[in-house]
Amino acid sequence: MLEIKNLHVKLEEEDKQILKGVNLTVGAGQVHAIMGPNGSGKSTLSYVLSGRGGYEVTEGAATLNGTDLLDLEPEERAAAGLFLAFQYPVEIPGVGNMTFLRTAVNAQRKARGEDELSATDFLKVIRAKAKDLQIDAEMLKRPVNVGFSGGEKKRNEILQMAMLEPKMCILDETDSGLDVDAMKLVADGVNALRDAGRSFLVITHYQRLLDHIKPDVVHIMADGKIIKTGGPELALEVENNGYADLLEERV
Amino acid sequence: MALSQPKDAGVVALIDALGAVSDTGCLAAARADALTRVRATGLPTRRDEYWRYTRPDTLTQAEVPTAAVFAHDDAPMFGEIDQVRLVFVDGVFDPAASDDPALAGIVIERLAEVQQRDIHWAKEVYGKLETAGQTPVARPLAALNTAFATDGIVLHVTGKAGKPVSISYLHENDTSDAILHHVIRIDAGADLTLLEQGPGAARLNKVMEVEIGDGGAFHHVQAQGRDHERRAVTHTFARLGTESRFKSFTLTVNGVMTRNECIIELTGDDAVAHVAGASVGDGNFHHDDTVFVTHDALNCESRQVFKKVLRNGATGVFQGKILVKKDAQKTDGYQISQALLLDGDSQFLAKPELEIYADDVVCSHGSTSGAIDTDSLFYLRSRGVPVAEATDLMTLAFLAEAIDEIDDPALAADLLSRLQGWLARRRS
Repeated sequence: MLEIKNLHVKLEEEDKQILKGVNLTVGAGQVHAIMGPNGSGKSTLSYVLSGRGGYEVTEGAATLNGTDLLDLEPEERAAAGLFLAFQYPVEIPGVGNMTFLRTAVNAQRKARGEDELSATDFLKVIRAKAKDLQIDAEMLKRPVNVGFSGGEKKRNEILQMAMLEPKMCILDETDSGLDVDAMKLVADGVNALRDAGRSFLVITHYQRLLDHIKPDVVHIMADGKIIKTGGPELALEVENNGYADLLEERV
Repeated sequence: MALSQPKDAGVVALIDALGAVSDTGCLAAARADALTRVRATGLPTRRDEYWRYTRPDTLTQAEVPTAAVFAHDDAPMFGEIDQVRLVFVDGVFDPAASDDPALAGIVIERLAEVQQRDIHWAKEVYGKLETAGQTPVARPLAALNTAFATDGIVLHVTGKAGKPVSISYLHENDTSDAILHHVIRIDAGADLTLLEQGPGAARLNKVMEVEIGDGGAFHHVQAQGRDHERRAVTHTFARLGTESRFKSFTLTVNGVMTRNECIIELTGDDAVAHVAGASVGDGNFHHDDTVFVTHDALNCESRQVFKKVLRNGATGVFQGKILVKKDAQKTDGYQISQALLLDGDSQFLAKPELEIYADDVVCSHGSTSGAIDTDSLFYLRSRGVPVAEATDLMTLAFLAEAIDEIDDPALAADLLSRLQGWLARRRS
């Protein structure tokens, strides 16, 4: 599904190397988690994969089902099946949530050569999915993320993911700012989307989210590289001992 | 009446080109007075503070700059709305294209006919609000209009008008110079919706005087056509009685020179005045909104909402003032002007002003200019929305606060579709 090889990335504006050779392969249907201390490059990895400006890839490659991601515009990556759930979802005053979602769904369908969804069909689908995530009709009518609580914003991200049905989902600290109940709700939303054709890359600081979204593989990232890979037990180890041991081990 | 010496050569040239002022009928005195005033003040020049951001020369020169007639296949604006349609072609009334002006609740006449009478109520309004609006800032092009207007619509609204009155301004001659003056009196409790559309002429000078009686309401929506080369200077003077409402929205798409002035006086308690505009311009577009709202009564509300989308070297200007007189307590005044600059070549010049003499008021103003927010743009693109579509979505979102000022959803939808068309045509 997702294959990252020797990825080196620096900031465009300054000569600062952030990623220093990331190698990662996520198979179809798998859930991988990336943990790591602050500043290790986790969020940068998610931004670079989704095509945000301001970064320069100096070396390496990233492909999604064989397609070179780094060559594509952000919207083309989305149409190819990539989805990033933002750590800080953006508020867009004046653009209705519903209009936004319908535009996005239909733009992707168009890019893939499929028919656009009619207004009625779209409504039917979104109502059902919104209900599962406890997103009420009022929230759908409001401008995108404007006045949403932290939990509402994250649930809105998951709703977008459910509507767009991507193949590769990257969740960037989706648990940050969520209380226990909200985290459970978001995790349930993610778990409902798990299937053999869909993979997840879950970026998190805490083991707690991984109690709800069970990963197949856990990676530890530090200083722009993946320094250790293991099973779910690796997350527990971090939870109990912190990152210090792992970082020392590496030296 | 002794004529004072003209201040500058330009005013002589333009006055000579316009010919003699009509000196018979009920409006003759107002016209003569206006001519005296414009001779005394002269025409605006770049040195005038009030014209600091807009070059008035093409509006004041005797020779009309050519404006090619712009061919398009747009459906007529507001075409789906039941209306009484009045048509001017290059400033000349076209009776054949106009509807029979009989409508319950309103008397519709032409200025050209009214002015031939010796007695008519229009005399009490014509040039009166314009004259009052000359203080504290002179508006010579409005005085010029009062002196030389060739025609216009005279409306007396006595009840709730059964449907909107619409005025279409067609442009068919590339050197036409039109001067139109409308006079509107809305009686106590009466209600009118006025729609205006079209470029009007190569150069259009339009004045509208609106007197709104106690509890009356005036809804105004205009679209200035999308001719690239047209020039226009418009003045709307409104005086509001107790508990009356004034709502005006203007859409401007293209035009090398547009100056829209709106001068509102809230003279009765509890009156409400909203004036809003959305303009979108590309290239050698110059658009100037100049607004002056005077609060002279208790507990009145005013709102100014202006949004401009500028690209490819276009220029937007906003000069807006709220003047709150000493006894205008409990005033609620709001003013916002914002520009979305789609590239680094365009510019927005704003001069927001508050002048407040009362001590128990709420007044706020804001002015911003900026580019499309890159974080929002990336967010939309990351969901699969192509960059052009995402930019359009954000541009329309930017204009939304101004468009929201239109009460009638059908009118708002029509304007929105025009804006979408304008954006779509500019996608590369």
